[in-house]
Amino acid sequence: MLRLEPRRQPSKTMRWLTPILAVAITMVMGGVLFAAMGQNPFAAIKIIFLDPFFHETFGPYSRSQLLVKAGPLILIATGLSIGFRAGVWNIGAEGQFVMGAIAGGAVGLALYPADGIWVLPLMTIAGALGGMAWAMIPAFLKIKFNTNEILVSLMLVYVAYNFLAAMVTGPLKSPDGFGFPESRSFTAVDSTSLPMVYEPLGMHAGVLVAIGVVIAAYVMMERHLLGFQIRLTGESPRAARFAGVNPALIVAVTLGISGALAGMAGLFEVTGPAGKLTTNFPVGYGFTAIIVAFLGRLNPIGIVLAGLLMALTYIGGELAQLSLGIPAAAINVFQGMMLFFLLAVDVFVNYRLVWKKEVK
Amino acid sequence: MKFTKTLAAATALALGLGGAAIAQTKAGFIYVGPPTDFGWSYEHDQGRLAVEEAFGDMVETSFVASVPEGADAERVMTQMALGGADIIFSTSFGYMDPTLNVAAKFPNVKFEHATGYKRADNVSTYSARFYEGRHVIGLIAGRMTETNTVGYIASFPIPEVVRGINAAYLAAKSVNPDVQFKVVWVYTWFDPGKEADAANALIEQGADVIMQHTDSPAAMTIAEEKGIFAFGQASDMMQFGPNARLSSIIDNWAPYYISRVQAVMDGTWESMDTWDGIKPGMVGIGEFSDKIPADVQAEAQAAVDAIVAGTLHPFTGPINKQDGSVWLAAGETADDGTLAGMNFYVEGIEGELPN
Amino acid sequence: MDFSALNPVSLMVSLMIAATPILLAAVGELVVEKSGVLNLGVEGMMIIGAIAGFAISVETGNPWVGMLAAMVAGAVLALIFGFMTQFLMSNQVATGLALTLFGLGMAALLGQSYGGMKPPRTPRLDIPVLSDLPIVGPILFSHDVMIYMSIALVAGVWYFLNRTRAGLVLRAVGENHDAAHSLGYNVVMIRLAAIAFGGACAGLGGAYLSLVRVPQWTEGMTAGAGWIALAIVVFASWKPWRLILGAYLFGGVTILQLNLQAMGIGISAAYLSMTPYLITIIVMVIISADRRRASMNAPASLGRNFHASH
Repeated sequence: MLRLEPRRQPSKTMRWLTPILAVAITMVMGGVLFAAMGQNPFAAIKIIFLDPFFHETFGPYSRSQLLVKAGPLILIATGLSIGFRAGVWNIGAEGQFVMGAIAGGAVGLALYPADGIWVLPLMTIAGALGGMAWAMIPAFLKIKFNTNEILVSLMLVYVAYNFLAAMVTGPLKSPDGFGFPESRSFTAVDSTSLPMVYEPLGMHAGVLVAIGVVIAAYVMMERHLLGFQIRLTGESPRAARFAGVNPALIVAVTLGISGALAGMAGLFEVTGPAGKLTTNFPVGYGFTAIIVAFLGRLNPIGIVLAGLLMALTYIGGELAQLSLGIPAAAINVFQGMMLFFLLAVDVFVNYRLVWKKEVK
Repeated sequence: MKFTKTLAAATALALGLGGAAIAQTKAGFIYVGPPTDFGWSYEHDQGRLAVEEAFGDMVETSFVASVPEGADAERVMTQMALGGADIIFSTSFGYMDPTLNVAAKFPNVKFEHATGYKRADNVSTYSARFYEGRHVIGLIAGRMTETNTVGYIASFPIPEVVRGINAAYLAAKSVNPDVQFKVVWVYTWFDPGKEADAANALIEQGADVIMQHTDSPAAMTIAEEKGIFAFGQASDMMQFGPNARLSSIIDNWAPYYISRVQAVMDGTWESMDTWDGIKPGMVGIGEFSDKIPADVQAEAQAAVDAIVAGTLHPFTGPINKQDGSVWLAAGETADDGTLAGMNFYVEGIEGELPN
Repeated sequence: MDFSALNPVSLMVSLMIAATPILLAAVGELVVEKSGVLNLGVEGMMIIGAIAGFAISVETGNPWVGMLAAMVAGAVLALIFGFMTQFLMSNQVATGLALTLFGLGMAALLGQSYGGMKPPRTPRLDIPVLSDLPIVGPILFSHDVMIYMSIALVAGVWYFLNRTRAGLVLRAVGENHDAAHSLGYNVVMIRLAAIAFGGACAGLGGAYLSLVRVPQWTEGMTAGAGWIALAIVVFASWKPWRLILGAYLFGGVTILQLNLQAMGIGISAAYLSMTPYLITIIVMVIISADRRRASMNAPASLGRNFHASH
């Protein structure tokens, strides 16, 4: 019968093959799903995966939107992956995203209508600090009281959503907005607007920061002592303790970094694509980033690819809605399937399938 | 840039074929919720279907549903425009800035923004004078309540919602001086769970008539179960509350949508602001239930007729603001500007407007 | 501010209705965690139960068949998680999250044609004399059957875990799966059974939402209830009876804040809405801070993967 046997060493080929395998299986199963819905599976898969790049009418615009969608995902996922590798599960990145946007946005509104090139960087720092502070709550509670950070960070997401509603209907509401629950527009004023670096690819400043962060994260995790300590804590907590790694420090640092990055992403979102603080500017990037982190195998380079892939499914999914009438929910099923298959084929990295004869 | 070329091609195509009878006009619709919500988005979709039926092969419609307000909306509308849409209906207030941004990039595509207040050469705004409908159901509520408590499920403290509360309250009070309104803010347009909870809370507080400014039939369902009265919102909601439903405010976008698509086809489309009420048919009053006594029905019908005839304006003085200051003198009616930016309760409503 | 309008009896009734879905899901998750598995996919299982229960009820006209279908659907989804974590050794946290995402999307997809429909009514208990008693009547004797069942389920799980041999074995697997394996117990099968049970309970909780509490089907209608259920298991220190306290507390705060609003209390609705979540955090902190109690109850093998080496 078929059995799983541990490999002596994790297979390097499988490491790179499995994500590709998972995507391929997802495409096939996705096709089956669409066929079951009465759609032409090939047309659907083509629209989702290929049209955003190559379609003659939609292509140019869709390509420019890929980075807009992928940027925040990559930024947040990189931060999350650092924590995940240490076994610290920050599930509340969405809340840190919102709080960072509020903190940075509030600074921008307080300085309104100041002009100057220093306004946006100051807002960015405020955003990072806001997100970091929000992440420090689960960190502190875990260090001091051993409270589960998954649940605390998650509860804080709902608190953050409500706080956002309180802020945009109250202190941060725009006086020129006829009483509607939104802040002043950040994109209307140059000093608070996120600059676009290269329009055809949709590369705004936030994307550049994301790329910089990815490189920095890679260097830190692979070459720096802290990165080593983080990885050790995740792989063998006891060995890490014997090696003198301070577990509280790891918790604080990893949650702090992921919170700060998520907060920055939030700030970039409201000064760029969203344009202002409203009750529903958060669209779930904090949660999707978790999937991106896993799809990218918690590795900065992988995360870039995974982020682009996720963005592709979003954009392609919208095109599919428009052209084929495929409902938005189908795309979420698709994304969930992708993660499932990746986690499933992941087993082949550490185990191999063998046929063993039963010995009676 | 690439898409200017594509845009030019699409425009040439649209203009070139505009005159021919076999030309297809493309109308795009973007909804903030699912068309199956039996509320706001459902009625817009009904409007879309009416357009399809009215024009047959000459018009092709498409829609994207459940689009979050913000960057996603901008992208969807851009893709619609790239796909050759001639007119796009963005059916939520929160789509305002995205609509204007896309309109700026596609000057030859017409945009219709619901409940907004910013226009451009190719952007029109439209909304319905729901407050006229609120007046009518307010009258009925004032008469039908036995506990003198009307429960109101409100979404966001924006002028449109506040107008509705004020209009309903004034009307109810005019026939029942002891009536009290209790307002719960749920901070969402569509969340059946929260709406059901809010309805229950209001009923626990003694309300025996429920009004809502949210999009799902949850409150109506709860009202039916608890044996109290409610009004349908945006759509009739009869099937959810056969006993509970007294009447309803029905959004009827079909006549407006058909006329605007016709204008695009005729080339007569111009940017304008439309704020229509019961008379042009944009606001419909649902059939009065048998549970309403004949004299109350007559009273409500008289109000409808008076509004249509122009002799009754739901906001006619003397009316004071909640803080006691005078708003309208006797006989004075509110002007559209104040109504559009209404951010205060009228005198008599208890509780603070969240702000 | 008008406190006289507040009706404590109907408040209590609403509270119990609000708490039941969470209680059902939490009971199932407690059993799963006692066996040493952390299934974060409760939200996904609940909503699959919600749509399955709703759809089957509408199709068959019978709410009970619907609830049964919901349990099956929840269990099936949970077994996908079970297969992946027990046989393919995948990371439990990630797989649970994938389950949630997949469940939410699948439910939305399946529910496309069911929006706006009315399900068949779930009957309420109506005992001739008892239900009409002034205060006790509505609170104790007039509920729909599910509320009584949820409490019976808690009692049943308590009995199973603490008074039966099978329950002892399950707890042993959760504390030390290697030792249990060497004693000859099939760790994987026991965990799979627990996982399936957890899925069935979560599915039932979801069906309660769509058939009784709202009652309607909407995309995403669980609105975080699955996560609350997870928090309540921690709150209860993995003890079944404490689950009831936790669920009622959370349900209570949710209902109370709406009532406070309706009474005209000046606190902004947004701040009031935060209270259930803040209270959950505070309670979790208090519970975990008591290290002695906490460490005595969390199953030692929780979250760790088991692989039989022979």
